[in-house]
Amino acid sequence: MKDPNPILAVRNLEISFPGNGGMLPLVSELSLDLQRGRTLGLVGESGCGKTLTSLSILGLTPAPGQVTGGEILYAGTNLVNKSERELDKYRGDRIAMIFQEPMTALNPVFTVGSQIAEVLIVHRGFSNAVAWDKVVQMLDRVGIPDAAKRAHAYPHQLSGGMRQRAMIAMAMVTEPDVLIADEPTTALDVTIQAQILDLMLEMQAALGTAILFITHDLGVVSELADDIAVMYAGKVVETGPARQVLSTPQHPYTRALIETLPASAKPGSRLPTIEGMVPDLATLPTGCRFADRCNRVLDDCRMAQPELESAGDNQLAACFHLGAGQ
Amino acid sequence: MIRFLIARLSQAILVLFIMSYVIYGLMGLMPGDPIDLMISSTPDMTSEDAARLKALYGLDKPLTERYFNWLGAAFDGDLGYSRLRSMPVLDALLPALGNTAVLVGVSFFLTLLLAIPIGIYGALHPYSKTDYGINLFAFVGVSIPSFWQALLLIMVFAVLLGWLPAGGTDIGGEGGAWGGLIYLILPIANLTINGVGGHTRYMRASMIETMRQDFIRTARAKGIGRKRVVFKHALRNALMPVITIIALDFGNLFSGALITETIFAYPGMGKLIFEAVMGNDFNLALVALLFATFFTLLGNFLADVAYAELDPRIRLGGKSR
Amino acid sequence: MTHTVLEARNLKRHFISHHGLINRTTQCVQAVDDVSLELKAGETLALVGESGCGKSTLARCLTLLDKPTAGEILINGEKPKNDLKQYCRNVQMIFQDPYASLNPRLPVGVIIAEPLVIHKIGSKQERRNKVLELLDVVGLRRSDINRYPHQFSGGQRQRISIARALALNPAVIIADEPVSALDVSIQSQILNLFKELQEEFNLAYLFISHDMAVVHYFADRVAVMYLGSIVEEGVTEKTLINPLHPYTRALIDAAPLISKVKRKHGDALKGDPPSPLDPPSGCRFHPRCSYAIEACRSQRPKLEGSGGHKVACSLSDSLHLTPRRRLEGGWA
Repeated sequence: MKDPNPILAVRNLEISFPGNGGMLPLVSELSLDLQRGRTLGLVGESGCGKTLTSLSILGLTPAPGQVTGGEILYAGTNLVNKSERELDKYRGDRIAMIFQEPMTALNPVFTVGSQIAEVLIVHRGFSNAVAWDKVVQMLDRVGIPDAAKRAHAYPHQLSGGMRQRAMIAMAMVTEPDVLIADEPTTALDVTIQAQILDLMLEMQAALGTAILFITHDLGVVSELADDIAVMYAGKVVETGPARQVLSTPQHPYTRALIETLPASAKPGSRLPTIEGMVPDLATLPTGCRFADRCNRVLDDCRMAQPELESAGDNQLAACFHLGAGQ
Repeated sequence: MIRFLIARLSQAILVLFIMSYVIYGLMGLMPGDPIDLMISSTPDMTSEDAARLKALYGLDKPLTERYFNWLGAAFDGDLGYSRLRSMPVLDALLPALGNTAVLVGVSFFLTLLLAIPIGIYGALHPYSKTDYGINLFAFVGVSIPSFWQALLLIMVFAVLLGWLPAGGTDIGGEGGAWGGLIYLILPIANLTINGVGGHTRYMRASMIETMRQDFIRTARAKGIGRKRVVFKHALRNALMPVITIIALDFGNLFSGALITETIFAYPGMGKLIFEAVMGNDFNLALVALLFATFFTLLGNFLADVAYAELDPRIRLGGKSR
Repeated sequence: MTHTVLEARNLKRHFISHHGLINRTTQCVQAVDDVSLELKAGETLALVGESGCGKSTLARCLTLLDKPTAGEILINGEKPKNDLKQYCRNVQMIFQDPYASLNPRLPVGVIIAEPLVIHKIGSKQERRNKVLELLDVVGLRRSDINRYPHQFSGGQRQRISIARALALNPAVIIADEPVSALDVSIQSQILNLFKELQEEFNLAYLFISHDMAVVHYFADRVAVMYLGSIVEEGVTEKTLINPLHPYTRALIDAAPLISKVKRKHGDALKGDPPSPLDPPSGCRFHPRCSYAIEACRSQRPKLEGSGGHKVACSLSDSLHLTPRRRLEGGWA
C-alpha cells in the first residue's frame, strides 16, 4: 500500500516566464506525489514543461523564469521561496539530481573523484582522505571497474556509460531521500541505457530512494516506474499506476501517444498520428489545451479546462468525456 | 605534452632566425645608409673618406654577406655598436629594456588586478545598472586611441592641474623613491586604461558563457554553495581563454608601449626603437626589434603552455577508454 | 522484379593515425571492416548499431563523401565514374539533426532548389515549380518557400531535408537516424511520409537507426553492425523474432517497449562497447557475450547463412536465442 505521507509533494505548482507584457505560466496547477522507495515517471513531449518542473524542485528554474505559485513540500517543509543558502542544505544531500548529458554535466577540468568528493566534504564535513575513500567505494558500487584508478580520471577520459554511472555515484553518495533524474539515458546507447536503468533500480532497492524520472520514452517509463504522470502543454493530464495507465489510458492524449508508437502498429501499415502541433502557450484558447488535436473533441471541451478526476482504480485524468470511445 | 612544447619551442627559434633576416633585409632596403647621413651633415667630407668609411663599416658588401657577418658576430656575443648613442648596442638597450619592463609590468599587473574582478562582477550581475556602467567604461577604454588619451592625460594632470610631470624620467635619481615614481604614473595610467577596457570585456564574456554551461547547473544542484560554484567551478573554466589572451597581450605590450613612451618621453624600448629606425642606427634598431620579436614569441609560447596546463583535455589528450 | 540499385562489396574504411616524434606509433582504426550489402528498389534496409560501430562512416562511404580504403560500390550495376556530381543524382542523404543540417542563412526555397541549380536542371521558373511541387509532396505549405529554417519545428525541418533529398529524383536515400531527434508524435508523421514517398517513387532506403521498434515497423531487411562489421542480416520479421546473433538479441531486449512488467535488473548486456582503436581478438563481440567459448577468442567468424538470413557467429547452429519479448503489437 502507498505510504500516505509522500516524501516529496508538489501542490498546484505554477512556473512563469516573462511574456505577453506580463508573466506567462508555462506550468500550471501541477501536483505530484513522490513516495519513498517508489519511482514516479513524468512523461511528455518536448516543451510540455517536465524539465522545468524538475528543475524548480531544487530551485534551479532557469532565469528569467520563476515559480509564481504553489508549494513544493519536502518532508513537510515548503521549498518555494527559500533562499539559495537554505536550499543548498537540501541540494545534493537530501534531494539529488542527475541530468541528461553526462559529458557536459560534469566539470571538464576536475577529476571525477574530486567532483564526487566535494559533495561529501561540503555536506558531511569529511576530510579529503576520508571523502576520497568513500568516493572509490561508491564508484565501485556503481559498477565502474578499477575504481581507485578511475577516480583520478577526467570526464573526457570516460565513456558515456561510465560518466553517467559517475553522475549517479555523485548523486547517491549522500544517500538522498529523493533522486530527480532528468532524461538520464536519452543520450546513451540502448544497451548502455539498459545497464543504467538496472543500476538505478538496484540503488533504489538498496537505499529506498524515491525517484522522479523524467522522460519522453514510454517504454522506459513502463519498465522503470511504479507510477506515471503524463504532461501536456504545462499541465498534468493523467496520473496513475504506470503499467495500468499505459494499458488502459483514459486521457485522449495518452491514448494517442501510445497509438503513434511504431511498436503499436502492424509493420508496414500507416501509423496513426496526432495532427497539429502543441499550442503556443502565449495564445492559449480557453478550454482544454488538447482540444484542437483531440479526435473526440466536443463543444463543451472548449468552454472550460477539465480538472483531474477519478477515472478508474487510482487513475486520474483531466477530460470531460472519460469513458467514451474506448 | 612535452613533445608539443618542444615542437613549439623549435618553431619559435626558427621564427626568430627568419625575423632577424627579414628585419636586417628591410633595414638594408631603407633609403640611405648611415654614411649618407654623415655626408649630409658633414659638408667637407670627401668621397674618398666616404668610400673608406663604408668599407670600414662593411657597408659596401652585399646584403646577405653582411647578414651572415652580423649573425656570426652575434653568436660570439658581439651585438654591434650603436652609432647614434656611441656605445655598444647592449649598453644602450638594457637600461631601456629595464624601463619598459617596469612600465609594462606594473600596468599589466594593475590591469589584471582591476579587470578580472570587475569582469566577474559584471558577469554575475548582467544587465544591472552597475554592469551597464562597467560595459560603458570598458568600451570607452578600448576605443580611445592611445595617443589621444595620453595627450588628454598630460593636458589635465600636468598642464591644468600641475600635479604630475608631463614626461621624462628622474635623471640622476635626485627625487628619491617618490621622485622616480612620479614620472611613471601617467604612462602607467595610459596603458592601464586601455588594457582594463579590453580585459574586462573578455573576462565578463568568458564568465557569462561559462555560467551558462551544464556543469554549473550540476554544481548548483550539489548544494556546494554559491561561492564554490562561482570561484571554483566557473572561474577555473572562464579563466582559460582569458589567460591565453593575457599571455598573447603580454608579448605585444613591449611594442605597444611605443606610443605611450614616445609621447611621455619615457626612455624605454619603444622610444629607443623609434629613434633608432628614424636615425638609421642600423645595429641598434635591429637588435631592439629582435628583442621585441623575442618577447612576442615568448608571450605566445607562455600562452600555449598555460592553456595546456589548465585544460586536462589538451594536457592528457583524448579518451583512454 | 526488384533490382539492386546500390551495392557495396567488401567495403573497408581504415583511419590511420600517427603518434609521437620519437618512437612513432601508428594506429589503424578499422571503422568499416569488410562490409557488403545490397539495396533494392522500393525496399528498406535498416542498419542497426550503437555508437562506434561504423554506421555513419559506412553511410558517408556510400554517398561518396568519404573514399573507402578498399572494396567497391556499384550503382545500378556499374562503378561510379569519378564524378561525385553524377553520383549524387542517384544517391542522396538525410541527416539526424534537423537543427544542424540546414543552412540557417538560406530560405527554404533556395535550400530545396540548390541541387537543381548545381546540376543546372531546368530554367528558373521550372525550378520554382519543382520546389513548390516538392513542398506539396512533403506536406509543407507553398507559402513556406520564403521562410527560414529557424521558423520551423524539428519535424518540419526534416520535411525540408526530405524535399531537398528528393529534388534530383534519386533512386536511393540514405537516412541517418532521421527520426531519432523528433518527438514521438512527430516521428509517426515522418515515418508515414517516408513510406508514402517510397511507394510513389520506388525509392530504396538505407535506414540507419538504433531503435529496434522503428526498424521492426519500417524495414524490410535489417543488418546489425558491431565494431565495423555486419554480424547478422536478414528479413526483419524473421531476424527480430529469431535472432541468430547474441548481440542482435541484446539489442532487441534492450529496446524500450511498453512492458507489462516492471524491469528486473540483471537483463542488460554487460560491458562497454569496445574501442575501435583496440578491438578484441577473434570475434569482436566475445568479451561481452555470455555464450563465448575459447574458440571465440581466436577465430573470427564469417558472415554466412542460408535463405537470406546470415550471421557471423561460430555457435549459431547450437544457440537458441529467444528475445525476452516480441517487438510487435505494442506489448511485451
